[in-house]
Amino acid sequence: MAATAAAHAGKDMGAILKDCALAGLLGLAIFAPIIGLKTASAPGGLILEQRWGTVFIAAGIVFAGRLALHLLFWSRVDRAKVKAGAPSRLAAKLEPLIPFIGVTMLLAAVILPWLPSTDRYILDLGILVLTYVMLGWGLNIVVGLAGLLDLGYVAFYAVGAYSYALLSTRYFPMWMPEFLMPWAFWICLPVAGLLAACWGVVLGFPVLRLRGDYLAIVTLAFGEIIRVILQNWYTFTGGPNGISGIPRPSFFGIEFTREENGFASVFGLDYTSMHRIIFLYYVILLLALITNFVTMRLRRLPIGRAWEALREDEIACRSLGINTVSTKLTAFAIGAMFAGFAGSFFATRQGFVSPESFVFMESALVLAIVVLGGLGSQIGVVIAAVVMIGGFEMFRNLDFLKNIFGNDFDPGQIRMLIFGLAMVLIMIWRPRGLMTRRDPTIFLKEKKAVSGDLVAEGQG
Amino acid sequence: MTASTDTAMLTVERLTMRFGGLLAVNDLSFTVGRTDITALIGPNGAGKTTVFNCLTGFYKPTEGRITLRRANGETFLLERMDDFRIARHARVARTFQNIRLFSGMTVLENLVVAQHNVLMHASRLTVGGLFGFAGYRKAEREAMDKSRYWLEKIRLTDRADDPAGDLPYGAQRRLEIARAMCIGPELLCLDEPAAGLNPRETEDLNNLLLFIRREHDIGVLLIEHDMAVVMEISDHVVVLDYGEKISDGSAAQVRADPTVIRAYLGVEEDEEAPEVAALVSEAVPGAAAKAKPARSKPAKPRKTATKSNKPARETGQGGRK
Repeated sequence: MAATAAAHAGKDMGAILKDCALAGLLGLAIFAPIIGLKTASAPGGLILEQRWGTVFIAAGIVFAGRLALHLLFWSRVDRAKVKAGAPSRLAAKLEPLIPFIGVTMLLAAVILPWLPSTDRYILDLGILVLTYVMLGWGLNIVVGLAGLLDLGYVAFYAVGAYSYALLSTRYFPMWMPEFLMPWAFWICLPVAGLLAACWGVVLGFPVLRLRGDYLAIVTLAFGEIIRVILQNWYTFTGGPNGISGIPRPSFFGIEFTREENGFASVFGLDYTSMHRIIFLYYVILLLALITNFVTMRLRRLPIGRAWEALREDEIACRSLGINTVSTKLTAFAIGAMFAGFAGSFFATRQGFVSPESFVFMESALVLAIVVLGGLGSQIGVVIAAVVMIGGFEMFRNLDFLKNIFGNDFDPGQIRMLIFGLAMVLIMIWRPRGLMTRRDPTIFLKEKKAVSGDLVAEGQG
Repeated sequence: MTASTDTAMLTVERLTMRFGGLLAVNDLSFTVGRTDITALIGPNGAGKTTVFNCLTGFYKPTEGRITLRRANGETFLLERMDDFRIARHARVARTFQNIRLFSGMTVLENLVVAQHNVLMHASRLTVGGLFGFAGYRKAEREAMDKSRYWLEKIRLTDRADDPAGDLPYGAQRRLEIARAMCIGPELLCLDEPAAGLNPRETEDLNNLLLFIRREHDIGVLLIEHDMAVVMEISDHVVVLDYGEKISDGSAAQVRADPTVIRAYLGVEEDEEAPEVAALVSEAVPGAAAKAKPARSKPAKPRKTATKSNKPARETGQGGRK
């Protein structure tokens, strides 16, 4: 018995070594051109420097690493289990804590500006994260609930930002009486949201019949069309120069200025520029919470159930008398409206908008947040936004790594590498996102979460 | 014919459906009586599901007229209506051959989604619901009561909060019927409701359909291969073959019709007809008395009808059981 086991292990060892050697050779082949050859400038032009020693060291590391993996990890863990993507026990334990996590995060978000360690940088980061949380929640309606893959979501963000910018700098002063000027933000914000919603419907109409890949392509194109128009309609949007001098929001009519009737003097405080930042932080927190509240509420209403039913099975929806056209359009419109609000906020916070802020990368980032968080999960979006936006920023601050890797090491440069790695790992371990379970909208006796495996991702 | 024209709820006249060169349904006319159970049968590929898709608006027929008269006297021409309007206004509900439940939603949610239009109206296009007006809350309570009623009828009350995709197959079939009933239909179209059910579940299904007809005064039109269902509960049977109607009448009439037997089994000699009748009567013990006496000798190898230019085809579940 022992002998057979030993023989088995021996045979295993041979196979392992063979596998490691193969990995090492592969590493050699890959590293040879990447690391082995380096162009260097020399008098008279570029020369090729050869660094074969480094290549062999790298291949050796691959070999040793693979061997270590075989001996330490893969011998114990059942590999098939890992591949199947079985939810980890940790995740299962965390699921009941979700409401608790939500409340904790909300409290943390509310008290963040008052923590002693909070400086302007942290608050700015908080505002950025909350903007993406809001965008993620808005997109979650379209992608997560209605199951319509929208790759051009940034278009509505742009429409909101430009609507706000144009209204507040050009049309508001033209049409409105002087005393309303400090209220510009509070009046233009809903208008910008409504305009974005209109554009949501405008996009919705041509894509009603499309599904899956085709829908993704058309929405992607729509995002680009909006950006290109903003860039080229020079007389209206200012083209690549953008629009500057966008009015800042007021504290319900009281402006954040150093003057007599400014916020600081009215409330008897010393003037600091932090007041405005804190105020902006609470504005975006409020906007994001409204987005969340409305979405959660809509989910429990017939329209929200129709969205989810649409994601599950469009044909069955039609057989039950649900107008899928208006259902899809409302999903697009409401998703776009929240993007419009976020866009308005973006414009007022920056004081400046230009087409460069609304590139495809933004759509991709928001979509990545929604997918990473788990389609349809509100709390998942928050976690994903904190991880992706906040985590991204963290890399700027990892100076201590220089002590380990030497002074030439710039952690900012490996951000994308780590980001890609994290995405790959998540795709392996939690292919349906961090929070996969679906909360039923109504229940008879007890509320049981629906396993993510049963929930459809939508055909369109 | 059991349903005379004045009591007919659904009248199909000269319905034709072409897909390119393929004539799926050709010049088909039949009626469905109010509160009748009408079965649409025929060999595989006869065009039954195409007829269903025309009735429920999923296909636009090439030619023909489909008239539906609701109990309140309203008349709808279904061939020119959108599919969801047929369900909403003409109150024609349907199920699908391959079950189409919202599998990621719970059983209860499936039933509530089916009451979308009532709830949507009560929620004043969402605005009233968003602010929680009393009218909407009342409508939601009523929707819950209706769902509870149907849950009880299909015996799924205990599983109301489980995802629909987790249910066993038979329960999914029942749930799909209950979901269709939740839109408040006057005509219920069932596409092979007994497919894949065991005999006990089939018995259950029969009782459910008879109950629906009795208590809810609605017409049922069903496609079925399982003769145990067709012969036992239907008042009226329409037989299709190659897109054309070959027989129409009560279950007993159709069973004795030689054209039907020929279409199903591809026999050409009349002497083999009794065998088929026996086969059918085996499936329906209750109807056995009416059937012709059993054959005298063991079945000989069936001859295919080469003359009639139709290939022999499998009879599906047609004669089994």
